[in-house]
Amino acid sequence: MPAPIRLRELIRTIRTARTQAEEREMIQKECAAIRSSFREEDNTYRCRNVAKLLYMHMLGYPAHFGQLECLKLIASQKFTDKRIGYLGAMLLLDERQDVHLLMTNCIKNDLNHSTQYVQGLALCTLGCMGSSEMCRDLAGEVEKLLKTSNSYLRKKAALCAVHVIRKVPELMEMFLPATKNLLNEKNHGVLHTSVVLLTEMCERSPDMLAHFRKLVPQLVRILKNLIMSGYSPEHDVSGISDPFLQVRILRLLRILGRNDDDSSEAMNDILAQVATNTETSKNVGNAILYETVLTIMDIKSESGLRVLAINILGRFLLNNDKNIRYVALTSLLKTVQTDHNAVQRHRSTIVDCLKDLDVSIKRRAMELSFALVNGNNVRGMMKELLYFLDSCEPEFKADCASGIFLAAEKYAPSKRWHIDTIMRVLTTAGSYVRDDAVPNLIQLITNSVEMHAYTVQRLYKAILGDYSQQPLVQVASWCIGEYGDLLVSGQCEEEEPVQVTEDEVLDILESVLISNMSASVTRGYALTAIMKLSTRFTCTVNRIKKVVSIYGSSIDVEIQQRAVEYNALFKKYDHMRPALLERMPVMEKVTTNGPTEIVQTNGETETAVLETKPPHSGLQTGSQANDLLDLLGGNDITPVIPTAPTSKPASAGGELLDLLGDLNLTGIPSITAYSKNGLKIDFSFERSNTNPSVTVITIQASNSTELDMTDFVFQAAVPKTFQLQLLSPSSSVIPAFNSGTITQVIKVLNPQKQQLRMRIKLTYNHKGSAMQDLAEVNNFPPQSWQ
Amino acid sequence: MIKFFLMVNKQGQTRLSRYYEHIEIHKRTMLEAEVIKNCLSRSKDQCSFIEYKDFKLVYRQYAALFVVVGINESENEMAVYELIHNFVEVLDKYFSRVIMFNLDRVHLILDEMVLNGCIVETNPNRILAPLFVLDKVAES
Repeated sequence: MPAPIRLRELIRTIRTARTQAEEREMIQKECAAIRSSFREEDNTYRCRNVAKLLYMHMLGYPAHFGQLECLKLIASQKFTDKRIGYLGAMLLLDERQDVHLLMTNCIKNDLNHSTQYVQGLALCTLGCMGSSEMCRDLAGEVEKLLKTSNSYLRKKAALCAVHVIRKVPELMEMFLPATKNLLNEKNHGVLHTSVVLLTEMCERSPDMLAHFRKLVPQLVRILKNLIMSGYSPEHDVSGISDPFLQVRILRLLRILGRNDDDSSEAMNDILAQVATNTETSKNVGNAILYETVLTIMDIKSESGLRVLAINILGRFLLNNDKNIRYVALTSLLKTVQTDHNAVQRHRSTIVDCLKDLDVSIKRRAMELSFALVNGNNVRGMMKELLYFLDSCEPEFKADCASGIFLAAEKYAPSKRWHIDTIMRVLTTAGSYVRDDAVPNLIQLITNSVEMHAYTVQRLYKAILGDYSQQPLVQVASWCIGEYGDLLVSGQCEEEEPVQVTEDEVLDILESVLISNMSASVTRGYALTAIMKLSTRFTCTVNRIKKVVSIYGSSIDVEIQQRAVEYNALFKKYDHMRPALLERMPVMEKVTTNGPTEIVQTNGETETAVLETKPPHSGLQTGSQANDLLDLLGGNDITPVIPTAPTSKPASAGGELLDLLGDLNLTGIPSITAYSKNGLKIDFSFERSNTNPSVTVITIQASNSTELDMTDFVFQAAVPKTFQLQLLSPSSSVIPAFNSGTITQVIKVLNPQKQQLRMRIKLTYNHKGSAMQDLAEVNNFPPQSWQ
Repeated sequence: MIKFFLMVNKQGQTRLSRYYEHIEIHKRTMLEAEVIKNCLSRSKDQCSFIEYKDFKLVYRQYAALFVVVGINESENEMAVYELIHNFVEVLDKYFSRVIMFNLDRVHLILDEMVLNGCIVETNPNRILAPLFVLDKVAES
């Protein structure tokens, strides 16, 4: 068999492939050749084959058949073989493969090898992919190597120790004695890795942290030498000696100085020195300054030092290099909580960064701007942020809008300004606004009573031109519905009022209803608004009646239901219409149950429900009292039994209760969700007291035919805004003749209080054949989801 | 901690990939494709640090080759930027001409510089010492 090709020929060949298919073909051919070569147990070419396999693995093709070969290579004596073997082990194997455990012995032998390079290889591999068992076995060897005088091995052993500690934290104490002399090294590689090891130990254990605090003077000295020493060709990078080590030491100092006054004091001088002496023209210097600033911010430094740090960040912001500006914005974001005033000084620069072209910078600047908004600068900042909202990319709009809402809520100087700002957001970024903004805004408007006329005027003007932005249209429809009379009467002190007739208002609401751009929710809002106007408007009631009755046959179930109910209001319950459609009261700022028409304005329903409850419990205590009296020896005292309550409270709401269905003790009527072919499924409801968005539905399935239904499975699906949890049913057999039922509990989470709809799928075996049915349940009573 | 180290050419083909954290093989190709797309769509005067999912990418372009390093939040981005440059300098020193035919050597260099996500050595001479030994052994 001819000698297998070298790696570089393979790479060259693969590079000539012009299509993915060609490449795959080549690789498959080569894989086959490699596999047959492996089977022949050919030692000479094994390492070449594994190298090719690794290349193919990098391109994304499976290479697991090479794992054992890697082990064989590791066990060989040649350095070239070992090298490829270990590389293969690092790339192909990991903890999940069982094969890796076989490596443990090899690594152990290699850790004690005479050649330092072999030992280095073993340390490298162990440090990259050692599992916890391997680490436990080999930790002793690693620790021995940590104490050796060979600096090449020491630095690798230190990082290997880091990996061991990460995998098996209990072994940390084992490495403690070895760390004593680590910082005395001259070799920068060893210093660097020792600092990493110390950092890892300090991060993991507070005892270690306390123990290593005494190293602070030594670290400070090393750092000083690095800065003060002249040009050293070995470690120089653009004029600064060993910036990587400087950065590492600064980071360790940060960890050691956190929350500790003494260490922080010891560090103050050196930090000031680094901050002032470092050359800022190149990226390297800026990297060190960045780390210094982070350290200053984290430890308990004196205030002069902190001001220096923030000024450095301010200088970064003015730099032309994007990287530096990005880094500055990130650090300012971290420090804005603690040093708010100092950061405020740079506010104008930060706001300028909003106009930058780079996406990362814009995002940081936006977050930082929101953090900087306070009572004094809110007007100016808002102007800038609104301008930003106008011009930014879509991925920012949602976050920006939410941020503006929050900031406006906290710092609004006046209600009018607040409403103006929110309206501006709705008109510019209307479709990106989060769903809960609409109810929040509605609540805000309701609570600012004096602004109603102004608000409704502005909203009307806004949707006159364009009614495609759903949140805006929803809010506008709601307001027009509530305050339509103010709109038509034209009273508005602030701006020149717009003269609107009732017909024009109805025109716009109807066009919202008809428009294809309106979502179902928006249509619902518009229809309800039209309905409410029937009490506020005087001359167009007939028109409203007509509109409402048209939608009684709408395809959209939600609209249809609303229209039918409103129609009923016009016909049977016309006397109640004004009471029902009254103006909303001022709402409390509690976000549990949203306001609804029926529950709020018809408070009698609530009290009716409550009344039926206590007597029931009273009846029980009556019988307990009886027992007690018996125990006491039966005196002649007749126990007082409270009178049974009236079965139906006879209030004006009584007829409305008919509309709502039977009231049982839990207050929510149960419904028959499905009834076909003798199978009947009833839903009964309970609202959770702890979480008002959770509705617990108990289904009962009964069978009125003369044969049992077996293997009954109930499945349910709800619209996306809900979450459903189906608990296990009581059984899967429904006995015949209604002699028993299957009970199952469904929990529905409805955070947005939308109308509950459910699609159910039933599968069961009946009369020897498998039956399956799909149905939609729409007749959920409003109290189950409001 | 460095999560991965990639070298990609302008057409999007991976020339070198090293992961310091375990990721499934098919996820790797997806990850690489997305990362490359992000880097290639940036213009020259844009920031070299991109936020991607839950880690950051630091990238640097050298002619037709992109070097991309994925890091987590605890790492200093600018230091990693310098590390990339350091790596490229070392490669330049060792390979007088085209790099990519000696992939195992490049891996070796990378292993000397970064171990398990942390920087080990940055001095070019010390990094290249074992490689010269290896060359001598291979020749003999």
